[in-house]
Amino acid sequence: MKTKQATQSAAPSALALQRNRTPFQRFLVRFKKNWQLHLLMLLPIAYILLFYYTPMYGLQIAFRDFKPRAGIWGSEWVGLKHFIEFMSSPKFFTYVYNTLAISLYSVCVSFPIPVILALMLHVSERKVLKKVTQNVAYVPHFISVVVLVGILNQVLNPVSGIVGTFYHMFGGLGIAPDIRANPGTFRHLYVWSGIWQQMGWNTIIYVAALAGVSHELHEAAELDGASRWKRVLNVDLPAILPTVSIMLILRFGSIMSVGYEKVLLMQNDLNLSTSEVISTYVYKVGLAQNRLSFGTAVDLFNSVVNVTLLVTVNAITRKLTSGEQGLF
Amino acid sequence: MAKVKHKDIKIKRHRTLDDKILYATTDIILVLLLLIVGYPIVYVLSCSFSSGIAVSNGRVILWPVDPSIIGYKLVFAYKTVWTGYANTIFYTVVGTALNMLLSILAAYPLSRPNYQGRKVATMLFTITMMFSAGIIPKYLLMSDLHLIDSRWALILASAISAYNMIIIRTYFRNSIPGELIEAARIDGCSELRTLWSVVLPLSKAVISVVTLYYAVSHWNSYFQAMLYLRDRDLLPLQMILREILNASKINAEDVSDPALLAELAGAADLVKYALIVVSSAPIIAAYPFVQKFFEKGVMIGSVKG
Repeated sequence: MKTKQATQSAAPSALALQRNRTPFQRFLVRFKKNWQLHLLMLLPIAYILLFYYTPMYGLQIAFRDFKPRAGIWGSEWVGLKHFIEFMSSPKFFTYVYNTLAISLYSVCVSFPIPVILALMLHVSERKVLKKVTQNVAYVPHFISVVVLVGILNQVLNPVSGIVGTFYHMFGGLGIAPDIRANPGTFRHLYVWSGIWQQMGWNTIIYVAALAGVSHELHEAAELDGASRWKRVLNVDLPAILPTVSIMLILRFGSIMSVGYEKVLLMQNDLNLSTSEVISTYVYKVGLAQNRLSFGTAVDLFNSVVNVTLLVTVNAITRKLTSGEQGLF
Repeated sequence: MAKVKHKDIKIKRHRTLDDKILYATTDIILVLLLLIVGYPIVYVLSCSFSSGIAVSNGRVILWPVDPSIIGYKLVFAYKTVWTGYANTIFYTVVGTALNMLLSILAAYPLSRPNYQGRKVATMLFTITMMFSAGIIPKYLLMSDLHLIDSRWALILASAISAYNMIIIRTYFRNSIPGELIEAARIDGCSELRTLWSVVLPLSKAVISVVTLYYAVSHWNSYFQAMLYLRDRDLLPLQMILREILNASKINAEDVSDPALLAELAGAADLVKYALIVVSSAPIIAAYPFVQKFFEKGVMIGSVKG
């Protein structure tokens, strides 16, 4: 990539011309050459500056007592007051714990499953079975969270749902227990419904990587007497390891962010003790209770932890693989 | 190519016991997975085609019991389902069109190796993937722009996703020969013309895939509507769904036909199943049309940009 760029810009005549110019003049010459592309870029850049970067400027309300009428600058600067309030409140540990518990549980279970599934799809030689499994497993990905949680609630309904039906089938008496209203089951429901929905879709990237494994490697290993299992371990797995590590870094970067969309839908009064996570708390305290500054502070705390984690995990990966892998 | 070779080898190969065990276990697990993923889908479909009483009493196990389409009739008796559907189609079509416009406009310059300011612009986009200001400052901005309770809120709140834009950029960069673009430019095409007549016709695969991604996210989103919209006439289908799925009783005002209201009362669960099918079917149906493009390796480029 870089060498190509160098040879292109280092055409001898252009170089001679450029030497006599000031940096600003050089900038202008390039700008003239690029103006059409800049024009195309104008709209998207203007959009992200307005809709992504202006709110970042608005983040300072986390350090102020924001009053809509006074505006950002008219509101009093209070420093870390909101952060301290959040961190010293007894809820702090509950919310951080709930967030981390769901997230770590989800990484440990839902991350390896698509990798294993992709390897199995690669190993299996039954074409029809492969194709059918793959395509059926993609379907849940297209279902919205609203529908997913709707299905979950219907299926787990102790009276009309399949849970009740099976409960009576296996000799249960009376009304089946309501799994949805139990704080102890919330995490399992959240994580496993997510696995049901995404495991098929998440194999795509690994299946694509496996399709690129050179066939000669397999042949050579086979001639040396390696069993299929040995080839999975020594040929297939190393081939997808770079992809796996990148996906893992990405996943760790969002370890402190459990999306509010699905949690909000799955919450009920009975499971709040395990289902309230930082992001849902931000929504409730910030927008529903209108404590804008405090909510922003909680959210900012969460984002900073996330970015720090992402950068750290990336640095560690780069170190371990001596700079070969990593996102940036 | 690889597939042909594979067949040749298969003839020569004699499997050891170890291999046989591995193949058998793999196939058994795949069948189990198929059942686990497929069963809830079949169950929901069967429930939606059963009678209200059969569903409420939990008599459906695999196939429809007392088959009927009364559930679907009842679903379409809701006025809000119709408005929700229309709104969602509007948000999906207009939103996706704007998404694609902005993404392609950004992806094309960024795919050009000599584009001035490529690094800075790429960074501006990448940062938005890792760090965002969060819902409250975004809400305040939307409120300053007078977008609260406006249709445009849902269109403008997420008009570009850096992730999808980078998929397109990577495809442009890796799959379209730079010489082709150079040639078009030398022949006097403007950049816009080059993009439109040279680059885009060669990028149908990535365009279809990313369009699908955007369309699915518009079709399925509910949270932004919950944040920015108050007016019930503007609500997308997912918000209507959320209300109906959460409610244990039926809101009489939402139903236009009084004769159907009585029937609805005994069929609350049935309606939920039918509604789930009605709201998910269009977007699932779109997938097979795009599926063939996944095999063209659109995904690989997206991992490492």
